[in-house]
Amino acid sequence: MRYFPVIVVGGGLAGLRAALEVNMHNIPVCVLSRVHPVRSHSLAAQGGINGALGNHVRGSNDSVEKHAFDTVKGSDYLGDQDAIIRMCNDAPLRIYEMEHWGCPFSRTSEGKIAQRPFGGAGFPRTAYAEDKTGHVLLHTLYEQVVRFEHSSERADITVLDEMLVTSLAVDDGRCTGVIALNLKTGNFEAFQSDAVIFATGGSGRVYSNSTNALISTALGAYIPFKDGAPLKDMEFIQFHPTTLIGTNILMTEGCRGEGGFLVNNKGERFLANYEDSKKAMEVAPRDIVARNIQREIDAGRGFENSYVHLDIRHLGEKKINERLPGIRDLCIKFANIDPVTDPIPVQPGQHYTMGGIDTDINGASDIKGLFAAGECACVSVHGANRLGGNSLLETIVYGAIAGKSCAEYVSSLAQTKTGAEKVEAKLRDEERRAREIVAKDGDYLICDVRDELAQTMAQKVGLFRKEDQLRSALEDIERAKDKFKKVKFNAKSKSLSYNYEFINYLETEASICVSEVIVKGALERKESRGSHFRLDFPKRDDANFLKHTVARYSKEGITLSYKPVKIVKWEPKERKY
Amino acid sequence: MDRVIFEVFRFIPEEKSEPHFDRFEVPYTKGMTVLQGLLYIQSKLDGSLGLRFACRAGICGSCAMHINGVYRLACETQVSLLGEHIRVRPLGHLPIIKDLVVDMTEFWEKYKLVKPYLIHSKNVPEKEFLQSVDDREKLTRIVDCILCGACYAACPVVDTHKDYIGPHAFAKANRFIRDSRDDGTFERLRIIGGEDGVFRCHTVFSCQEVCPKEINASGSIAELKMLTTKAAFTAFDRSKLKM
Repeated sequence: MRYFPVIVVGGGLAGLRAALEVNMHNIPVCVLSRVHPVRSHSLAAQGGINGALGNHVRGSNDSVEKHAFDTVKGSDYLGDQDAIIRMCNDAPLRIYEMEHWGCPFSRTSEGKIAQRPFGGAGFPRTAYAEDKTGHVLLHTLYEQVVRFEHSSERADITVLDEMLVTSLAVDDGRCTGVIALNLKTGNFEAFQSDAVIFATGGSGRVYSNSTNALISTALGAYIPFKDGAPLKDMEFIQFHPTTLIGTNILMTEGCRGEGGFLVNNKGERFLANYEDSKKAMEVAPRDIVARNIQREIDAGRGFENSYVHLDIRHLGEKKINERLPGIRDLCIKFANIDPVTDPIPVQPGQHYTMGGIDTDINGASDIKGLFAAGECACVSVHGANRLGGNSLLETIVYGAIAGKSCAEYVSSLAQTKTGAEKVEAKLRDEERRAREIVAKDGDYLICDVRDELAQTMAQKVGLFRKEDQLRSALEDIERAKDKFKKVKFNAKSKSLSYNYEFINYLETEASICVSEVIVKGALERKESRGSHFRLDFPKRDDANFLKHTVARYSKEGITLSYKPVKIVKWEPKERKY
Repeated sequence: MDRVIFEVFRFIPEEKSEPHFDRFEVPYTKGMTVLQGLLYIQSKLDGSLGLRFACRAGICGSCAMHINGVYRLACETQVSLLGEHIRVRPLGHLPIIKDLVVDMTEFWEKYKLVKPYLIHSKNVPEKEFLQSVDDREKLTRIVDCILCGACYAACPVVDTHKDYIGPHAFAKANRFIRDSRDDGTFERLRIIGGEDGVFRCHTVFSCQEVCPKEINASGSIAELKMLTTKAAFTAFDRSKLKM
């Protein structure tokens, strides 16, 4: 058993930023990541990161307050306003910090960080590096981790990659470590710690039509959930309006921010025909644009009944190469079309998990010693609909905040290095469970259970929801549970070293549970707010539903309760653009 | 084409099996990538197939491997461009852990040798360091490196000189040397101009040829050779080292 005062689970932006913050407090920290940190899904973010820097010629009147208001309004008033104000306030500081650490942002003619317009924002405030902003931010943070790995100025940062955390150790309500599967050796290892920060990303792969990396599964939400940490607002799933047909690879909002058009099979910019998007057009918020694209397809004005066109041809080859080179490359490689000469075939696809592990404004969860940050957490800053450019921001702002509060928590402990027996016991539990899993010899393939469920979620718990569809999804989930009891472990080798059959098993188990949380939350929320649109309850209902859904796990099942939204500055109003 | 034959390199040192190729038949679907084919094998035919993957969109760098004779990313390689017969092997020059998974420890250790982070001696401004559009342009492409390892596997010098630092690390070094905000050129040139450094490069362009991000890796190494030489002649005058 190894001991680190702080363990961070996940090596993406939130995880690395949290680890660096702990490191700045001179406390030894270990990052456990299922992939090498630079493979994390954070790097797929394209468009940019929001902050009221005021660098754009049209941005000089921007302010922290306006950024915060846009975010509150974008969240359809479900975001906690104190958390949002804190995020927007820290935004310039954190973005400049990334720049000082070497992040190669694109530049204005004055040499400042360049900013572009994004959906739902009153000013061009999305700082970017071409269309590869997540990539450069993640590499920059990893570079800082390398720099301070064994620095004489601070305690060590240890990065152990290809370590898949499978369980927490919770001793008397306090988190005292984790168990991880070392993918290289195929052995489980026990890690004792005084605090754990979860930064495992979103649960996107619960859906079949996700833009997310194949590693963005529900496991990160499920592990703390089954040990008593509630999940908040899980029914709020963002569908990105523009994902590439077939693979659902993301086509950044930057395409529209830079001036791209959405066009139907009649050649019309159809967003003009809808009340909620006719003014903002292509830069209306994501929930609105995604629904109107789907309505257009459903009305027979799409192409092959499945997509519309994202047209950026009029930007010209020079601007496309300058601002959107990654998009051009993806289109050529994955759809065999060149956006310089052809429109891009796009459809809405699952993109972001607004809900997550319920945390307070300092990143602390309900379990003592367990913190969370980034997409796996729900502070909540995105409420019912996240604005583009705010997710990267959340990772570095709340990554730093969670790191700081975790460091303070660890420093305040009267007794450290506790709960060793519990950690050892958990290790034996995990080893026993693994032996049972690899011996399974039932009728169904694990991947089939996973894929059928992901189809259910895409078809019945998507952009438009309805009671009968949601009930039918619950039935599908029950069937998945039954089938899952009768799966077979379909691997010739039972060694757990890079054994994805084993990982698929863990992820499918997590997916079944988290899908149920999403569907139950969606069923009980009898209103339409942000990304959650109920055809049978098409209006927002503040009297009954201006509150967060809180799901808890017990052996008997999942229970829901609610808690109030923190409204400190702006009273809810009708959301109009 | 309705099916594709995948010949996949298999080796599990732990189980003392001999390295060999397993043959799988995979149904072809339109737009199928090599990674999709491998994942079909993994989920339907043999769950123990070891490989790395994550983003499936050519940006994370996990799935570089040797596919029909060329190092490339499995996720962005269309099966339709290769035909009905696909032969897949792991990255070269690195120890095999299992099947298509190699131990990249030395790759990362060499990356760390070149001080792969911004070094600046200036006072940190309240806002951003200013950088002109032209100066930023010098970083374009080279910052796209995803550290996939294709260049390292393809480099013949790595084959003959074990301690050769490698094209991935040189690209990273040059990304910072070119950066107008960075003051670490001198420190880095001492490392990359040394025994295991850029002068071992034979300029055969293998790294550049296979780079999925089309980074001018060989050109960049030539640039570093020039800078190192120049540094020797200017008695390490730091101010003259920016290109």
